Amino acid sequence: MSAGDIPITTSPAVAPTDLVQPTRWIEGSPSLHRITTDIAQPMEARPGRGWWICFGIASAALLNLLGMVTYLFAKGIGIWGLNNAVGWAFDITNFVFWIGIGHAGTLISAILLLFRQKWRTSINRSAEAMTIFAVMCAGLFPLIHMGRPWDCFFIFPYFPNQRGPLWVNFRSPLVWDVFAISTYFTISLVFWFMGMIPDLATLRDRAVGGIKKFIFRILSMGWNGSQRTWSRYEIVSLVLAALATPLVLSVHSIVSTDFATSLVPGWHTTIFPPYFVAGAIYSGFGMVLTLLLITRVTMNLQRYITFNHLEAMAKVILLTGSLVGYAYATEFFNAWYSGNVHERFHFINRATGPYAWCFYLMVLCNVLTPQVFWWKRARRSIPVLFVASILINVGMWFERFVIIVVGLHRNFLPSAWGMFYPTVFDIGILIGVFGLFFTLFLLFIRALPMIAMWEIKGVSHD
Amino acid sequence: MTERYMVGSFAEPGPLLSAVATLRRAGVAIHDVFAPYPVHGLDQAMGIRRSRLPWVTLLAGLTGLTFALAFQYYTAVFDWPLDVGGKPENSTLAFVPICFELTVLIGGLGTAGAFFLRARLFPGKREQLPVLGVTNNVFAIVTHVPRESNDGDLARRIMLEHGADEIEEREGTS
Repeated sequence: MSAGDIPITTSPAVAPTDLVQPTRWIEGSPSLHRITTDIAQPMEARPGRGWWICFGIASAALLNLLGMVTYLFAKGIGIWGLNNAVGWAFDITNFVFWIGIGHAGTLISAILLLFRQKWRTSINRSAEAMTIFAVMCAGLFPLIHMGRPWDCFFIFPYFPNQRGPLWVNFRSPLVWDVFAISTYFTISLVFWFMGMIPDLATLRDRAVGGIKKFIFRILSMGWNGSQRTWSRYEIVSLVLAALATPLVLSVHSIVSTDFATSLVPGWHTTIFPPYFVAGAIYSGFGMVLTLLLITRVTMNLQRYITFNHLEAMAKVILLTGSLVGYAYATEFFNAWYSGNVHERFHFINRATGPYAWCFYLMVLCNVLTPQVFWWKRARRSIPVLFVASILINVGMWFERFVIIVVGLHRNFLPSAWGMFYPTVFDIGILIGVFGLFFTLFLLFIRALPMIAMWEIKGVSHD
Repeated sequence: MTERYMVGSFAEPGPLLSAVATLRRAGVAIHDVFAPYPVHGLDQAMGIRRSRLPWVTLLAGLTGLTFALAFQYYTAVFDWPLDVGGKPENSTLAFVPICFELTVLIGGLGTAGAFFLRARLFPGKREQLPVLGVTNNVFAIVTHVPRESNDGDLARRIMLEHGADEIEEREGTS
């Protein structure tokens, strides 16, 4: 990503001292053993006060989620603020938001692997974990939105088909979504687990005995670092990356067709797939940044997650944030240029209607915030990065809210217009799902290696 | 049947690489090399053939694709033709997303499964480490030592010349 990665050809005219030094992705030159101990340390030491405070808050929010969802199942989705005009609101906003968060993980692990970006090695493992947990959070929402979640298996075609010969409608983007997200979850899980096997073996060999050794022995599948296995392993990693790359692009494209194939003004637009993918990567990097800024300090991993990594991520955020801003502008232009009265009305309503504050908040967070990253000092400043990453998450949540709720609340028939106001259950479930996400992530950094040791070893000693 | 092996351990990948290359030139049969991370150039030095696992991916992916296409066609055209907004029964283009997803799903799972089978890895398998620390910071070369030859001495000498930290002769079942 940085100038340091550009290969330089030496010519006699250039003195060696004038050459740009390659960017170092690991600070100092830790020995192989040091890398193992540093990365294993968060799992082997007792967690500090910071971890317990975060875990306490997250698990309280998770308990709140469990209570709210139980009540939801008992009472039905009438407890939400949904109505006839706005049939999708917080639930589907949360769904799209969390699916988007997941995208950065696959981008970092798969796409950057294919592009041979060495800086991914410090952050890929935690970003992949984030993907898995985010997709789990996302999957919750279509499920609890069903009204009869106990019939949720109806969304899959299954044998024997108890619905007679009636099958799911394969022409519907909602069914494509079921396949896209299940595939995405499965392949991400396989990719994550495969990447972890050598590290699980390292932990197995470090464990002195007992339950830890037993569990790591099961998970590490007898890995012993044989070069014949490594050779196959690297090929398989490349193949999985090559499969996951179009997959990650397809997932949010398919999510966007849930909207784009409908006739609702503001939804019915061909720009949606690339626009959604850019937004997804953008929000995902925002979340990766939030998580890593916290964990690098609390888990003492500054040596491995360096300012160079943070800067590289800030550059991706600047790029994808600008793509998102460009998409916002294109939407307005097309609404005007199309001459379609419904489209025009939708966008005027978006910018001046009752939800205009959501729109301006979204523009402020998503378009203006990342522009600070044109400055190198901002890309390397922890407070700026942290505040920006939070604002991006807020902005991207509001983007989905604006698309969904503003699209639905005033469309073709004025007599069918309405407003959506969230109830305590809408907000409670929104807070709760963050509890689910952070609880899983905090448990992950305690139980599994959050940095890929073997990849760091390869990068630092090659 | 028990076989004899010579195990040499190294602290650095550089000497390991040159030792492997020299051993191979000298005609010593290398059983395997162990490393905490994939060392670049080791495949060529050992003469390992490029894995054919991508063919499994292709086959598994094609299976997924064929299944997805056939299944959607069967349900939408034969089993229960349904008029959805006047779309044709065989809406091939609308079947593309699921065909793609199943290609990737079956292709990916098939590749991972084939890798585990080929590398003989399975949950709970007891690890066979040539020396402790090959998953941490030690590199190791394991060579075959035929009974009626002095390959053992040759291997020992080459590994020592390249800076092996420790060399040990062992017996084990192949």
